[in-house]
Amino acid sequence: MSKVIPIMIALTGTAWAEGIQSGDTAWMLVSTALVLLMTPALAFFYGGLVPQKNVLNTMMMSLASLGVVGILWVMFGYSLAFGGSNAYFGNTDFFFLNGVGLEAKGNIPHVLFLCFQGSFAVITAALISGAVIGRMNFQAYLAFIACWSLFIYAPMAHWVWGGGWLAGLGALDFAGGTVVHINAGIAALVVTLFLGPREEHGRRALLPHNVPFVLLGTALLWFGWFGFNAGSALEANSLAALAFVNTMAAPMASLVTWMLIDLIRTGKATAVGAATAVIVGLVAVTPAAGHVTPFSAIVIGFLATFPSYYALTVRPRTKLDDSLDVFAGHGLGGISGALLTGVFASAKFGTAGALEGNIKLVGIQLVAVLAAMAFSAIGTLAILKVISIFVPLRIDNKDERRGLDLTAHGEEAYVTGEGAILVLPDSLPNSVTINGAANGVKSAS
Amino acid sequence: MKLIVAIIRPERLPETLEALFQAEVRGISVSRIQGHGGEVERVETYRGTTVKMELVEKIRLEIGVSEDFVDRTVQAIIQGARTHEVGDGKIFVMPLEGVHRIRTGEQNEQAVTPILSEQH
Repeated sequence: MSKVIPIMIALTGTAWAEGIQSGDTAWMLVSTALVLLMTPALAFFYGGLVPQKNVLNTMMMSLASLGVVGILWVMFGYSLAFGGSNAYFGNTDFFFLNGVGLEAKGNIPHVLFLCFQGSFAVITAALISGAVIGRMNFQAYLAFIACWSLFIYAPMAHWVWGGGWLAGLGALDFAGGTVVHINAGIAALVVTLFLGPREEHGRRALLPHNVPFVLLGTALLWFGWFGFNAGSALEANSLAALAFVNTMAAPMASLVTWMLIDLIRTGKATAVGAATAVIVGLVAVTPAAGHVTPFSAIVIGFLATFPSYYALTVRPRTKLDDSLDVFAGHGLGGISGALLTGVFASAKFGTAGALEGNIKLVGIQLVAVLAAMAFSAIGTLAILKVISIFVPLRIDNKDERRGLDLTAHGEEAYVTGEGAILVLPDSLPNSVTINGAANGVKSAS
Repeated sequence: MKLIVAIIRPERLPETLEALFQAEVRGISVSRIQGHGGEVERVETYRGTTVKMELVEKIRLEIGVSEDFVDRTVQAIIQGARTHEVGDGKIFVMPLEGVHRIRTGEQNEQAVTPILSEQH
């Protein structure tokens, strides 16, 4: 604890440290808040896609990541990702915010850099939850995202952004295609296989209970993604503007492409499909955002739509119960994006890609993709094995049928309050009130 | 003719319908209802407020059948809805005075015979 006190004192001084730029700091403050918004946005996206009996559990799995992963990131994760200059692992230098104060990190205060990176760790862990809805024990889930963020996410962030070996190799990953999307997509696949399908998978369709929630989540995710991609420039400069326009263009292209495939195949452009298309476009452009021209971003959005669309159509008919298609969306979208970055990267923005004659870059991107897939798969499997020794990973079939909202959280998403009896703290026999049919749950406030 | 009214768990509805269709029982009305039975009430907490939910979501099935269908309908509902836990529900079998099919004006036994056998 003696370490903590000097840091607290350091934080009270608010004078600008040397090297900090006010414009960059302003943009990164906003970007960080934008990326943080993506996690509750994901809660709406996933929450709308599940049946009513599981909506709160599904949304809580995203929300919980803000707490669990966020706190662990501040205390340990940041140091494991950004401490030291070892090629494979960070170190313990920054544990408990030691040495993370208001001094400059690039052009912004070090604490702000920590927050920005923390918002990425939070959303990445939350992304995995879409694969396990309706059947995972909530305590086991909390343990899983805690371990996963420290032992899988942090090292991979170190490889790409913390001066690790993937960056040294020359792999391009502007805003986290490998670290965030391939990583989460593969982890989702492994958890799905490890847990097994829901009892009703394959026998009953998994229908969305609120499609407008899905669209609301999509809108907020896209909005937040501008902070995710354009903020990854870490400065308020023209590179941020390039990432911004690409973050706009690619999902627009994938949205149009998806609707066209829908129309050609079935004659009906679906709303859930359109929402998925936007996410796939955003995922695909994430590694490319600061490396390609806006025209290339449109082509990336167009091309990345096909593998995800195909996988989404086929997957529900298989035994694989990756319920909300985290692998098809983020895994495949991330892989397409990473490889297409190798094709479309332009020398105008630093590195030439295959289209400009540098075919080697595609090979490097492939190495990065395979390394991310292997590390994520093996690490996730190991974490699940260990957790399953201490806590059951799945709930029993009876609870599965009743839904996790009631059985794991003791709440329902849409309560009528009919027949609700208020339990008063002293619970005197005459202190109960039965709510009339027209009243809501009696409020304590 | 009998009117069969069954109160079952919502989460057993798909299985019950499946069992009924396999028993070739057609012509079913389903409604969502709330009821109070023998099971333990659920306790839910919203911020500081803890409530006991005395009313439980249930499904009511109403099926009008001819005499030879009574048994297999009841057996199908039991097979589909039973979990052996308190709260599985009840089946009420009631005498039925008369049935009229609105479209054709057919009455009684004819009216509860599924149209599938009519080869229309």
